[in-house]
Amino acid sequence: MSFLKNLDLRKLPMQLLVASIITLSVSAIGMVELFGGRFVITGLFTMAQILFLGPTAFFAYRAAQEAPAGKKWQGMIKALLLGVGVGLVMVVFVWLAQNLDVRSIFINISPRLINILTFEHAGGATTLFIALVLSALAGGALALVPDKLRNALLVGAGVTLLVGLLSEILAERLRSLFGSQLSSAIIASKALQVVPAAVLFLLVAGISYMRQSGRIGKVGPTLKPSQTKIVRTALISLLLLVLPMLLGSYLTEVTNNIGLFFLMGLGLNIVVGLAGLLDLGYVAFFAIGAYTMAALTSTGHLGLAGISFWVALPICVAVAAMAGFILGMPVLRMRGDYLAIVTLGFGEIIRILALSDLMKPYIGGAQGILNIPKPMVGELALIRPEQMYYVILIGVAIAMFMSTRVRDSQIGRRWMAMREDEDVAEAMGINLVNTKLLAFTIGAGFSGLAGAIFASKLGSIFPHSFNLLISINVLSLIIVGGLGSIPGTLVGAIILVGLPELLREFAEFRWLAYGVLLVTMMLNRPEGFIPSEVIKRELHAGDEAEQAG
Amino acid sequence: MAMLEVNNIHTYYDKIHALKGVSLHVDQGEIVTLIGGNGAGKTTTLRTISGLLKPREGSVKLNGEDLAKYPAHELVYKGVSMVPEGRGVFAKLTVEENIEMGAYIDNDKARIERNKESAFTRFPRLKERRKQVAGTLSGGEQQMLAIARALMAQPKLLLLDEPSMGLAPILVDGIFDTIKEINQDGTTVLLVEQNASMALAIAHRGYVLQTGEIVLSDKADKLAKNETVQKAYLGID
Repeated sequence: MSFLKNLDLRKLPMQLLVASIITLSVSAIGMVELFGGRFVITGLFTMAQILFLGPTAFFAYRAAQEAPAGKKWQGMIKALLLGVGVGLVMVVFVWLAQNLDVRSIFINISPRLINILTFEHAGGATTLFIALVLSALAGGALALVPDKLRNALLVGAGVTLLVGLLSEILAERLRSLFGSQLSSAIIASKALQVVPAAVLFLLVAGISYMRQSGRIGKVGPTLKPSQTKIVRTALISLLLLVLPMLLGSYLTEVTNNIGLFFLMGLGLNIVVGLAGLLDLGYVAFFAIGAYTMAALTSTGHLGLAGISFWVALPICVAVAAMAGFILGMPVLRMRGDYLAIVTLGFGEIIRILALSDLMKPYIGGAQGILNIPKPMVGELALIRPEQMYYVILIGVAIAMFMSTRVRDSQIGRRWMAMREDEDVAEAMGINLVNTKLLAFTIGAGFSGLAGAIFASKLGSIFPHSFNLLISINVLSLIIVGGLGSIPGTLVGAIILVGLPELLREFAEFRWLAYGVLLVTMMLNRPEGFIPSEVIKRELHAGDEAEQAG
Repeated sequence: MAMLEVNNIHTYYDKIHALKGVSLHVDQGEIVTLIGGNGAGKTTTLRTISGLLKPREGSVKLNGEDLAKYPAHELVYKGVSMVPEGRGVFAKLTVEENIEMGAYIDNDKARIERNKESAFTRFPRLKERRKQVAGTLSGGEQQMLAIARALMAQPKLLLLDEPSMGLAPILVDGIFDTIKEINQDGTTVLLVEQNASMALAIAHRGYVLQTGEIVLSDKADKLAKNETVQKAYLGID
């Protein structure tokens, strides 16, 4: 038993505890029950099984990973212990649920739940135990696999799982693009069929493995980096142009929402990410843009000018930017938390003003402004989401171009210097007043653009559309994506705006997932999914120093 | 005529009367040091000169021109650079980017390159670490970087706020040698220091600041021999 020597089990009780608590929680709050009938891969396994087996596998993997090099087999022992531990906890749980009446307190611990946990047959507690131990061993085994293969397996499994989760939406798309025969061959009753799932898994895992080995990329004609860039840009542009046709109405609508939040994210990214000014009232400029568009174009009794969308658009941006400039002035001397509170107040003031009786004759109070016309191209009104998509695409393209140019210009440098140290920036000759006002103005302008398009897209606007949650959401998405990073902002918008929309069938649990995602991100990857260089350096400066010795 | 002339300045932090009529002058080519204990008003004086604080009374003149009308960030254009207390390097930027930030006001790329090269010649340590993030440098290296950055604007007058603060004694020697060299290359220096013995060793003249007032001023070597200074700041009984 020489390989048992120095077996370090100090962390195991904690991991066992956390794994057990998570497994118990997802069962007791009703998640497992809700997803009991929801197959991810038809006939093979359900969403519920992933939920109550997944945490054990994950923590077994973590435990096994900590085994010292050269004694990797110790990891399997830890994984086994963890699996047995969680298995026992769950068996006791099932026994208690069957023999005691706990439903008066835990209403979600139902006979149905027990059926699911025991794999729908009598004496299933043993099966549950074995399943948990096997998951733990699988997790442990993953730690033994070489890095490249493990990454490939995880990517493959992740993509297959995601496709399985989104299968209902995908089935609809497949049906309208390729006919119902192919669609039902791949996806039946909301889940992936076994064979397509296996093919998908192998394909994705294979590609991922080859990419890591650097075997792909040598295929095909060799291009100069500049040519590769042109080809890539062309391909992406082409894809973006035909995207609504591939996606269909519903997914295009989701994409449009992502686009609007991305637009706001780009603006807030300038204020918070580059200039370091924490703005919690960002929704105010979105509201100002939307109300300006509504007042200028509405054909209802509150419409002021009745001009067209395209004429009103630049005015909306200008008005929002002006508001940003005006808000900027009183807060010039404030930093950090104080600034956040003042901007928070400003955001609320705008919303309450829109709700107030004072402004009711002009902007309609709680009834809002109705009859906002759609943008017109010639005689054609852009009513369908597929048509609005192009308006948003143009807006996003302009904003992205401007953000990139501004970030890389002297102004971008000024913002970064100011974010780092205001006094030193001033000693370098940077005019702080101009620099701050410029950040507020440009950021507000982007938000105003998003608001204007939003008003026209919806056709009517109400004060309650502009609550604090929008500011928080935009802030979260740029932080999750990667503060200061433009691709990061897009990824953040897709994850925090797109996914909750697509996962509608998971009801309120998607907000639980949202919260869990935010917390895990901040703990494990505070720099975001696609961090900017500078932020990454800041958050990992300690690591580098350690390496440097 | 003096290059920098500070005339009877009174600076307040709200109701706290921090500077009670400080007057001093710095001539072209000099190293002048301002010494004093904690809370004497050294940093306040420097921040008033650089425009970060505005005096309620009195004037700061550079080559005869009143600086009151210029905001702090325009002083660089007038040839005054400051190295703030606690160094204030941009921790997340690399050494090279920090140095480039110093040339913010300069639009001549060739000149920036030349100045950068001479900064690296002056501080070979920084050249070795040009791609390293400034936050990971040692205290002494950060001080070098802060000075190198300030020099990028090719100042006529360099304001240094406690360059020796928090540094190991062996590094302090190096920093003071560097200040002396910079001065010999033609930059006038106003040096605020708590480390009075080192400051007086390289300075031409010195002022002693106590609770917001100048209590003594003389040639540096004479100040170093002054009984009060020896007792209060040099630790000699």
